[in-house]
Amino acid sequence: MRREGLFRRLVITGTVLWMAVFGFLPNMLVLGTSVCRSSPDTFVVLDWTLSNYLALFDGVHAQIFFSSISLSAAVTLCCLILAYPFASAMARATPAVRRIVLLLVVVPFWTNSLVRTYAMTVLLNTSGLVNRVLLALGFVDAPLTLLYTSGAVVAGLVYTLLPFMILPLYAALDRLDPRFEEAARDLGAGRWRVLWHVKIPLVLPGIITGCMLVFLPGLGMFYVADVLGGAKTMLVGNFIRDQFLLTRQWPLGAAASTLLTAIMVVFLLVYWWSQHRIHEGDVNS
Amino acid sequence: MKTLRRIYVFMVLAFLYIPLAVMVVYSFNASRYSMAWKGFSLQWYASLWENSALMTAALNSLVVAVVSATISTLLGTMMAFALTRWRFPSRKVIGATLFVMMMSPDIVIGISLLVLFMLAGLPLGFGTLLLAHVTLCVPFVAIVVQGKLHGFDPHLIEAARDLGAGDFAVFRHVVVPLVAPAVLAGWFLSFTLSLDDVVISFFTTGPTFEVLPLRIYSMVRLGFKPEINALCTVMIGVTTVAVGIAHRFFKENT
Repeated sequence: MRREGLFRRLVITGTVLWMAVFGFLPNMLVLGTSVCRSSPDTFVVLDWTLSNYLALFDGVHAQIFFSSISLSAAVTLCCLILAYPFASAMARATPAVRRIVLLLVVVPFWTNSLVRTYAMTVLLNTSGLVNRVLLALGFVDAPLTLLYTSGAVVAGLVYTLLPFMILPLYAALDRLDPRFEEAARDLGAGRWRVLWHVKIPLVLPGIITGCMLVFLPGLGMFYVADVLGGAKTMLVGNFIRDQFLLTRQWPLGAAASTLLTAIMVVFLLVYWWSQHRIHEGDVNS
Repeated sequence: MKTLRRIYVFMVLAFLYIPLAVMVVYSFNASRYSMAWKGFSLQWYASLWENSALMTAALNSLVVAVVSATISTLLGTMMAFALTRWRFPSRKVIGATLFVMMMSPDIVIGISLLVLFMLAGLPLGFGTLLLAHVTLCVPFVAIVVQGKLHGFDPHLIEAARDLGAGDFAVFRHVVVPLVAPAVLAGWFLSFTLSLDDVVISFFTTGPTFEVLPLRIYSMVRLGFKPEINALCTVMIGVTTVAVGIAHRFFKENT
């Protein structure tokens, strides 16, 4: 009997300790840093100030945030539009085909995302594949400047993040009971009405998960902006990295990071609301 | 309609694979500077083989991925077991925290761990990188395994208890075999996450321990390097073989 009690205690203590030190503590430290003042010799001085948060919303910084958020929103929308029909087709396929397609969606992850981002440069540069095809087909007379533009960053992020949208959508569409759709059809709803009033509310949690998994990294993946955007495009991630490693303004970087966490919390709350709504069973109100 | 669907699926998959395919093709291109085709050559593979920094970084990445996946799987499975099997204070909070950690953007995890390591006075290197990757992967393993644990019949545990099994024996002889597929899936997921990570590695490793993505990052910023194409082709090749083996293995087990 004593040995069992020990095993249980060990596992629970280990779990609580790990989560406290590596889950809770780091986030608290960042939150703490964000209300400090930065100082040249000791990094930070405790000061209980909100000035770092206010600094995020002044001219230059606000512009970086606004352009990064709109860029990430564009990426999320592209992924959603591309992934929904794809996931829907997957959910309708035979189990064998599903398995293969699922595998094909996951395999690119096994080459590092930086490598995949680099592959985009091979495609987009002046003598790259895209320009060659356009020239060969006679659409353009001279090669286009595709690389080092915000469009290249959007393309790179969509390319890297698309599977993160496909997988949750597929999981949600796969669980969808086809009888809901049939019932709506029997009651005379057209295809678009079924989509809008029946399917989308039911797969909403999946859509929100997908959007969260694309939108947040779309703000943070600084190396994509570096490799594809050159010095012109700056994401929130680049901003945070620079505050921590270049200008040594830890509190400002911590405030920006806390802002990202806040965006994530909003997503999570919307997700739980959408789950709750389904279980309440008032899909059509 | 059906044909349209097929074409669409094919096109999206093409979008995912064309950049990788182009890279594979260029890795055999003899030309150094231009994208023009100058004949078939294996010279980039030769210079890759001689590029010891790159090879060391590749090996380091693989070591970190295997070790962190193994530790994460052990930790995550234990956690999932604790969360589903016993009631203890803070259980709900821990469950929610796991979910939040799983959804956290990499950059937030990266800098929060950097702050933690700095305050703890740990020198950045292999140890901190390993801890960071385990932190990244544990929530995924715990949640995957938890899903499996929720799905199985509690009577099995009761039966084992009636037959005189203790907590540890139940875990070892009933729970582990039942959740083995989920645990294995968790290991592969962790392995993938570790190999795919750039941002967290960027913040949590030091100059003493270089991993592949960071090596490539500095190479890419210095301009075009054909060796990268060769390296990526090797990676894709190894991946495909590994996935093939894993797929076979899972097929026999499910």
